[in-house]
Amino acid sequence: MFGFSRAQTIAFGVMLVLIVVSPYVLYPVFLMRVLCAALFACAFNLMIGYVGLLSFGHAAFFGMGSYVAAWTMKVWHVDASIAILFGAMTGAFLGFFLGYLAIRRSGIYFAMITLALAQMVYFFCLEAPFTGGEDGIQQVPRGFMFGVIDLSNDMTMYWVVASVFVAGFLLVHRIIHSPFGQILKGIRENEPRATSLGYRTDDYKLIAFVLSCMIAGAAGGTKALVFGIATLTDVHYSTSGEVVLVTLLGGLGTVFGPAMGALVVTSMENYLAQFGAWVTVTQGVIFMICVLAFRRGIIGEIGAFFKISL
Amino acid sequence: MIMIFGIPGPLLFGQLLLGLINGAFYAMLSLGLAVIFGMLNIINFAHGALFMMGAFASWMLLDYAGIGYFPALILAPLLVGAFGILLEKTIISRLYKLDHLYGLLLTFGLSLVIEGLFRNAYGSSGLPYRIPAILQGAMNLGFMYMPIYRGWVVLAAVVICFSTWAIIEKTTLGATLRAATENAPLVQAFGVNVPRLITLTYGGGVALAAFAGVLAAPIYSVNPNMGTNFINTVFAVVVIGGMGSILGSIVTGFALGVVEGLCKVFYPQASATVVFVVMVIVLLTRPRGLFGKAA
Amino acid sequence: MNLTRRSALTTAAAATTLPLIRPARAQGAAIKIGVMNDQSGPYTNTTGVTSVICAKQALEDFGVSTKGMNVEIISADHQNKPDLAVSIARQWFDRDGVDVLLDVPTSSVALALQSVVREKNKVYLNVGAASSALTGSQCSPNFIHWVYDTYMLSRSTGGAMVKAGGDSWYFLTADYAFGKQLASDTSDLVRKAGGKVMGSALYPFPETTDFSSFLVQAQASGAKVLGLANAGGDTVNSIKQAAEFGLNKSMKIAALLMFINDVHALGLDVAQGLSLTESFYWDLNEGTRAFTKRILPKTPKNYPNSIHAGCYSATLHYLKTVADMGAAEAKKDGVATINRMKAMPVEDDLFGKSKIREDGRNMIPAFLFEVKKPSESKGPWDYYNLKVTTSGEDVYRSLADGHCSFIKA
Repeated sequence: MFGFSRAQTIAFGVMLVLIVVSPYVLYPVFLMRVLCAALFACAFNLMIGYVGLLSFGHAAFFGMGSYVAAWTMKVWHVDASIAILFGAMTGAFLGFFLGYLAIRRSGIYFAMITLALAQMVYFFCLEAPFTGGEDGIQQVPRGFMFGVIDLSNDMTMYWVVASVFVAGFLLVHRIIHSPFGQILKGIRENEPRATSLGYRTDDYKLIAFVLSCMIAGAAGGTKALVFGIATLTDVHYSTSGEVVLVTLLGGLGTVFGPAMGALVVTSMENYLAQFGAWVTVTQGVIFMICVLAFRRGIIGEIGAFFKISL
Repeated sequence: MIMIFGIPGPLLFGQLLLGLINGAFYAMLSLGLAVIFGMLNIINFAHGALFMMGAFASWMLLDYAGIGYFPALILAPLLVGAFGILLEKTIISRLYKLDHLYGLLLTFGLSLVIEGLFRNAYGSSGLPYRIPAILQGAMNLGFMYMPIYRGWVVLAAVVICFSTWAIIEKTTLGATLRAATENAPLVQAFGVNVPRLITLTYGGGVALAAFAGVLAAPIYSVNPNMGTNFINTVFAVVVIGGMGSILGSIVTGFALGVVEGLCKVFYPQASATVVFVVMVIVLLTRPRGLFGKAA
Repeated sequence: MNLTRRSALTTAAAATTLPLIRPARAQGAAIKIGVMNDQSGPYTNTTGVTSVICAKQALEDFGVSTKGMNVEIISADHQNKPDLAVSIARQWFDRDGVDVLLDVPTSSVALALQSVVREKNKVYLNVGAASSALTGSQCSPNFIHWVYDTYMLSRSTGGAMVKAGGDSWYFLTADYAFGKQLASDTSDLVRKAGGKVMGSALYPFPETTDFSSFLVQAQASGAKVLGLANAGGDTVNSIKQAAEFGLNKSMKIAALLMFINDVHALGLDVAQGLSLTESFYWDLNEGTRAFTKRILPKTPKNYPNSIHAGCYSATLHYLKTVADMGAAEAKKDGVATINRMKAMPVEDDLFGKSKIREDGRNMIPAFLFEVKKPSESKGPWDYYNLKVTTSGEDVYRSLADGHCSFIKA
């Protein structure tokens, strides 16, 4: 039902096994960080990989999702599922308004206008009283999922995050392989032709944008629950830049690329932290090598090697 | 005293003037970006890092070789420009046929590496660099106390900006360059070495960034992060002016400096965001920027 | 150089094996101290690797190996990202068996870790962060704040300036929690002392590099003192430009948070005459000079400031406490260790004697320094003249005013 090819089904199986096994080997909080980043990158990949629009302001949706989820959790003491839902809705709502303005531009101008709009959102978050300014919203309780599942345990939280990720991942995949997704790809390949066939291309792009922002908001909300904080880092343009790098590293327009990219980039950030000053240099070198030699990204290169589409 | 919007007139004039001075930096940096984008089709994210290298080069020249400010104003852009040529030859030239995105990401990685290396070598607090004795002090303009060095910055920026514009728009060399951007194979057929022309253009754009860096060294903290604070605004300037438009980036650079200066008086918290507000408005009304050519 | 995929792959493969051939970690380390700070961003020089070196020096000076103790120090760069910091800290506590979290500059990060340490019942010795909320509204029984906070900075620098006749102020404030708090604390103090606040400019942080507009506004306000409620590169930039606009001749400049490394970045010809507060200066007495001599060859040409010295002092006091109560006990219960640390008097060569208050505030004296003229400076980093010493009791917020929740009134 999700339109996986055989190779993709196998890869999806491998990914599921990894998700189930890894918390017993690796540290669950670190893995939750990876999964949130991966979901965010999947959302971003929906735009760049299948609509062909590079959004340089996706942190706005991720960050606002994270703020709203944290706020509802801390102030209204809602259920964790409701908080994540609020995060997703915030992303979608904001995505609709900003997308409405941005979607009429394409290429580098689309990237720039999303960047500019995201900077305004950043400014709003900096000045608005409810976000707590630089300190952010701190000490957010993890609370309960569906009223019964206590999330204070890291492993329980992990299974919830993993479920959110898998659901988001399948949703993205479902969107791409629906008739709607086919039209999106058609627009990406030849927009005037899609228009001449009678499709209102701007509407399609806007819907895709809103969906992407919704998933980004859910990722932000989940992350706020995991770490108990929502801060300005989440809305900063460097987060927008990071998701571009994650997706590129994993493979633009591949199904499994964003998850792979998130794993690599988050691991780098985490495990290079002990090397102090060399973190940025190492990251920079890796990005340069990727652009120069592995432009298809890790998953893209693997796929090309085996002549399959992953 | 004349009051304008509740602000004393003289103070407002002073602020406009200061905005114009800041605009000089935006103009110089965005000019380099526009030249590189126009000719190479590369969005040079490393521009901020190269600007920083210009400032560091002037400090190194002074500290290691005892070479002062004015020679550094020539030497530092040459050195950093040569470094830029090396970069273009070895790395950037591989990307010309690809999407803009890859150029942006490569130069982003490059700026991480450059800034990281400088931070390892010199720390993050910054290094002292003095205003040259001849440019120290200030004049009283009646409405404001104006440091001589700021006047010099504007003068130097205007001269550099308009000579670059003149070279590209009014000379044979510039004509060849513009022709090479439009149709490289044809220009090559006329016996012009186009790859070399492109390499030199990149070197020139980088040298412009370094020149701005030397001008900035005496008044801004010379530290490895100094370029990152500028780069966003400068990108906005290039986009608002129309990507690749030389005159557009110069005029917009100065104009945005003034807009930002006014914002610093009325609502200072938003002074870093105002450029993006302008950018959204411009892109929604004039998709190719103020001076951009139609697609 | 011709970069091919094959050569890149080989290099990458070689690089991944590197961590494997690193020497195996000391097995069964009894006590583990994790230094977490900024090692690649704007606070690299004021905290960074020098803090780690100072903490290691404390192990050496305490004679850990001769006393038969097993102590290890690890470090990480939090890149000023609260979520990364929380993730590393949780991993340290859950997986790596870390007992003490040390340094942690940047208030938002420091606050984010407060609840993690409390949840895991570990020891949190903060030296690098400024927010006075850490011992106030956000206080914790697992926490000690070692060398400074926003309240003490405004009290020492602000109080002395008003006393010296600087009774009208204009603030240049970085638009984030730390800057605003510093400005409001100092404004209160100035008003209480009978002074006036003539105005203030909130500027966007960290995007601002040019302060000329605000400096001209400050000049036009007619205030006698320019209060800089900012830090790091911003402080350096605003002082540099204040000198350019001649403000250092018409106004007194109070840098509310500044370290000796920032003075070094400015150079004395620009920085001379500035007033600032630190709790430590390398050239203060025999003890501080001897310490600096020991530490300097190991640092990246970076003299120790009060944060670095604080990391040394905090580690030393912690080790004394552990030696007193036994490593097993110390590892077991963070609150008990902190309480023992509070009960024991603090004494070392760098800060002299002090006492840690119930809310976790280390009551060390604050020094108001004036930066020397270039002609007075006799050697490298010879920058400060000591002007005023204020005791810890007089310079820190009183226990009652902090409204710390876990202390029963």
